[in-house]
Amino acid sequence: MIRAEQVNKYFYAPHEIHALKDASLHVASGEVVVILGPSGSGKSTFLRCLNRLEYAESGTISIDGADVLDPKANINTIRAEAGMVFQSFNLFPHKTVLENLTMAQMSVRKRSKAEADEKGMMLLKKVGISEKFNVYPNQLSGGQQQRVAIARSLAMDPKVILFDEPTSALDPEMVGEVLDVMKSLANEGMTMVVVTHEMGFAREVADRVIFMDAGRVIEEGTPEAFFNHPKNERTQTFLNQIL
Amino acid sequence: MSLYPGLDAPRTKAYTTIWTGIFFIGLILGMAGLYTATKSVDYVWRWYQVPDYFYYLDTIETVSEIDGMISGIETKDGATLVTVKNPGETETYTLPTESLLAAKGDFIYAGDPIGSQKKWRPGLLLYGLWITLKASFLAIILALVIGILTGLMRISDNPALKWTAITYIELVRGSPLLVQLMIWYFVIGTLVNRLVMDLGFSKIPTLWFGILSLAIFTGAYTAEIVRAGVQSVNVGQMEAARSLGMSYFEAMRKVIMPQAINRILPALAGQFISLIKDSSLLGVISVRELTKITREVVTSSLQPFELWIVCAALYLVLTFGFSLLVQRLETRAM
Ligand SMILES: Nc1ncnc2c1ncn2[C@@H]1O[C@H](COP(=O)(O)OP(=O)(O)OP(=O)(O)O)[C@@H](O)[C@H]1O
Ligand SMILES: [Mg+2]
Repeated sequence: MIRAEQVNKYFYAPHEIHALKDASLHVASGEVVVILGPSGSGKSTFLRCLNRLEYAESGTISIDGADVLDPKANINTIRAEAGMVFQSFNLFPHKTVLENLTMAQMSVRKRSKAEADEKGMMLLKKVGISEKFNVYPNQLSGGQQQRVAIARSLAMDPKVILFDEPTSALDPEMVGEVLDVMKSLANEGMTMVVVTHEMGFAREVADRVIFMDAGRVIEEGTPEAFFNHPKNERTQTFLNQIL
Repeated sequence: MSLYPGLDAPRTKAYTTIWTGIFFIGLILGMAGLYTATKSVDYVWRWYQVPDYFYYLDTIETVSEIDGMISGIETKDGATLVTVKNPGETETYTLPTESLLAAKGDFIYAGDPIGSQKKWRPGLLLYGLWITLKASFLAIILALVIGILTGLMRISDNPALKWTAITYIELVRGSPLLVQLMIWYFVIGTLVNRLVMDLGFSKIPTLWFGILSLAIFTGAYTAEIVRAGVQSVNVGQMEAARSLGMSYFEAMRKVIMPQAINRILPALAGQFISLIKDSSLLGVISVRELTKITREVVTSSLQPFELWIVCAALYLVLTFGFSLLVQRLETRAM
């Protein structure tokens, strides 16, 4: 589903940073991959390179066979297949909850309003906030907003969803409700790449865990192997710090 | 103090009452001062003449152009046909029945009225107000379009678009509107009208050059406001829209612009209120807008005090009306 090989990414401002160093990642269809790593290790950058929110300087990235880094590729159709959920939700504040879900369905997927509404309501029910379909995002709690954001990306029927620390901006008591939605998605066989600091989620839901440090992928394995028998020294220190 | 309530002890009731009183006393003193000052220069206020410049009763006479006898009066569909006849010629005039003065068989000379009617007509000030309103309205629409396009060009990464926008903005903001008006009228206007007439079309009315120069002037400021508004919308909004597969322009139109416009509405309103007031400069290229009309009327009526005060009040009505409209939009938008 996702193949990223030897991806390199630099930032030039405010000073030059080599943010990704030959990072590679393969995600099979239906797989849940969790990316762990200390702050500044390049997790978000890697995730954002996958749907070209950041343009990687070198390497190859493909989603469902489509070459993401090809300048001639239609990036919009590729992105429609790869949903993204942000740490800060990024709901459209001038649109109601339901409109947040239907806008791109109509303009990108060319669905009729009735179709989009129906799909939107179905997904809101699924994430458990269908009664709030007509309110504006700022009237929702953080957890509710994030669930709407997940529903918004699901509305496009994506082949994969990328999560960038979806629970980091939430009050502790709301983390659970968002993780529950993500778990049920994983159980339904959705392909997911998740950057998170929720070790419980990684242990329980991930098929594979990837550990990044200083722009490199330095360890990769099943949650079982990763948490219980980390091979790399950096991984061990990281796990000791947080567990 | 009202910005920071609670930082100082609350004001007493007497404090509020006394200072409110002082405000009104000041207001009354000011007006009384103005009144006595005009008395001392023997100015005669004639406010009763002012309504005539808005609406007045006009007398319209239908006069015969020939000598002759009224040979026939016929009423058809509420209008009356009067036929004047002499051995050589026949003329027929149509007029409203109730305004008929002549009777059948009357002998009249050329220049004699056959009928006379009174009709309410809009006065000069109302005409000027209309031109100001029309020019401002069209210029605002045009400035908004120019401003949004240029604002988007300004943040584009295409060097041609970006530098066109920067050049335009800097050029326009660098010189006074009055000078730009002169250039539009005397330079561009002359060239364009020569061209247009060589091609066999009729001249473009001066008003259009005025509207265009106002729009182009305000458009440059609007562009900077639009740019600031777009940049004030969190990048996350664009990222969210794009990662759903929307194109740049779609995301701009449906996600970024609505939020940006909402935020810049007060600044835009200020700019467009300036435009309404700046339209008073159009008089110098002989567009008969409110200010120029007032000057004309003052010259003929010799009532400068009343007329200039009325003129200012009319601008106030326009600008205040406009800001009320924008306030309505603002509350609706959020
Ligand atoms: N837009 C940017 N411009 C410049 N430097 C950036 C930019 N985005 C990220 N970086 C830098 O790239 C490196 C990797 O950042 P990234 O955000 O990917 O880390 P992260 O692993 O997601 O960290 P965190 O857990 O704090 O979110 C950091 O050194 C960061 O400062
Ligand atoms: Mg991050």
